[in-house]
Amino acid sequence: MGMTLAEKILARASGRERVSPDQIVIARVDLAMSHENADLVRKSFLEIGVERVWDPSKIVIIFDHRVPAESEKTATTHRAVREFVAAQGIPHFYDVGRGGVCHQVLPEEGHVRPGMVLVGTDSHTTTHGAFGAFATGIGATEMAGVWTEGTLWFKVPSSLRIEVEGEFPPWISAKDLILHIIGKLGAAGADYRAVEFNGPAIRWMSVASRMVLTNLAMEMGAKVAFTPVDEVLLSFLRPRVQGELEVIAPDPDAVYERTIGIDAGADLKEPCIACPHAVDNVKPLSAVGEVPIHQAVIGSCTNGRIEDLEVAARVVAGRRVHPRTRLIVSPASQRVYREALQLGYLETLVAAGAMVNPPGCGPCVGVHQGILAAGENCVSSTNRNFIGRMGSKDSFVYLASPAVVAASAIAGRLAHPEAVVKEGRVWQAKA
Amino acid sequence: MAGESLKLRGRVRAVLGANIDTDIIYPGRYLNITDREKTAEHLFELSYPDVRAAIQAGEFIVAGANFGCGSSREQAAAALKFAGIGAVVAASFARIFFRNAINLGLPAVVAPDMAANCAAGDELEIDLVAGAIRNLTTGITVQAAPLDPRAAELLAAGGLIPYLKHKYLQEANATCPSTV
Repeated sequence: MGMTLAEKILARASGRERVSPDQIVIARVDLAMSHENADLVRKSFLEIGVERVWDPSKIVIIFDHRVPAESEKTATTHRAVREFVAAQGIPHFYDVGRGGVCHQVLPEEGHVRPGMVLVGTDSHTTTHGAFGAFATGIGATEMAGVWTEGTLWFKVPSSLRIEVEGEFPPWISAKDLILHIIGKLGAAGADYRAVEFNGPAIRWMSVASRMVLTNLAMEMGAKVAFTPVDEVLLSFLRPRVQGELEVIAPDPDAVYERTIGIDAGADLKEPCIACPHAVDNVKPLSAVGEVPIHQAVIGSCTNGRIEDLEVAARVVAGRRVHPRTRLIVSPASQRVYREALQLGYLETLVAAGAMVNPPGCGPCVGVHQGILAAGENCVSSTNRNFIGRMGSKDSFVYLASPAVVAASAIAGRLAHPEAVVKEGRVWQAKA
Repeated sequence: MAGESLKLRGRVRAVLGANIDTDIIYPGRYLNITDREKTAEHLFELSYPDVRAAIQAGEFIVAGANFGCGSSREQAAAALKFAGIGAVVAASFARIFFRNAINLGLPAVVAPDMAANCAAGDELEIDLVAGAIRNLTTGITVQAAPLDPRAAELLAAGGLIPYLKHKYLQEANATCPSTV
């Protein structure tokens, strides 16, 4: 009997020939990532009382949730982490202006490779399964344990396989696909499980789009999620990662708890929207009804990459953001920011009336750079629409693809990109 | 002795629904509070401030499925613990929340039938090791998943920090006895 990707990686990391679901193993950790909450980890670590971290070269710290510091409190936290990084000799530290959203920076800077065990003090650490890593989120105290011992216990997850075939209709993206899947399976539909996305429609996808799937798999409870390690991925990794890259794949006779088949052409006829206040409250756009939009957000670890800014620029080019709407754009990293500048996407977005935030999590976590007031509706390319997530507990967040967010910013209401582009309407602010 | 300490008795403060997410438990805007004790002030701030205000030490929160879904923020578990909650009993937990709770020494008990069989104010007796919860007010007993040995070990130690502290203190003693 063969093994799934999750089983293969955990077997090797725990020094076993094979493992099977529900078995508890102690695995060595290859990479431990934290953002601002490194300060919490630091405090727990100091409480444990060990002097040095187990291996400074395997720790990566990236500031992204509150950059630049929005308050004196955060500035103090940032300073404490900087001092800890210097004292412990942690070589991989991305300070304000050097990095961006942690899940974008890790692969961009070549820290992630297939077959590794990666833990992060952020739930969307599942993103790195797009690079063939067993990658999952943990809490701060648990991370202090990893900093101490370099190992962590895992229950071997059972695996779901999601096979996607067919051709995506125009304007339909990876975001629509994963929202459709979350709507079908529910917010706990993949709880504690590994998810393997595969099939021709996945193999055809860009690395950036695959990251949307593994990122949002978290919102159905997945412990880890994978897309295939294939030539598309390897050509992304080769210029970034030093040394030999391992091509890791599930065994042909691996055992899956369940296999789900999706035909992108037949099942995704329109954009999908996750309506307030749950990520699994998913409807096709036409079923949502008329929703006036006060704020439109493009960014985050889910959809703040170059292909997202490209499609947004394409939709808003030559148009103006609707008078009642604010369009806020946060490039996912310094690299994405520069590339979008060079390619003219930011020029197009700013000309349309967008406000550009510095690279980071931006308004997604509800701490700064675009907080919502009571009664406001927001359409966002981010990953959560919980009550109060982006501001007032009486605000409403609709999750959608970057194309739908851009179109809605122009129309001033939830809108299909095709309608906006076809209409060719150019908003003139009335006096 | 350890078995004794893994039996809990207390009242139900509130019975909540399914998918109680981490923003409901602890809003993201307070994530820059890194003193665990201070997180309690913002527990349930957006949705259930009255529940927080009424908590007496040792009371239980009972909830439906997928409690603690969403963020990895440890403050969600810390806020419950330092507000005085003695245990959370839910039909199921999101995995990161579950691990955070155990690591901080807050019992998280899986009992699919509890929410349907209790009301706020009921008195419960939870046997963490045997996996049984007795509702002393109604006389009904529901099944709970027995804690796995790893989680029981951490809870008995009071959480991961005291557990590791103890472990490394012992190792230090073993390697250089002259320092003790």
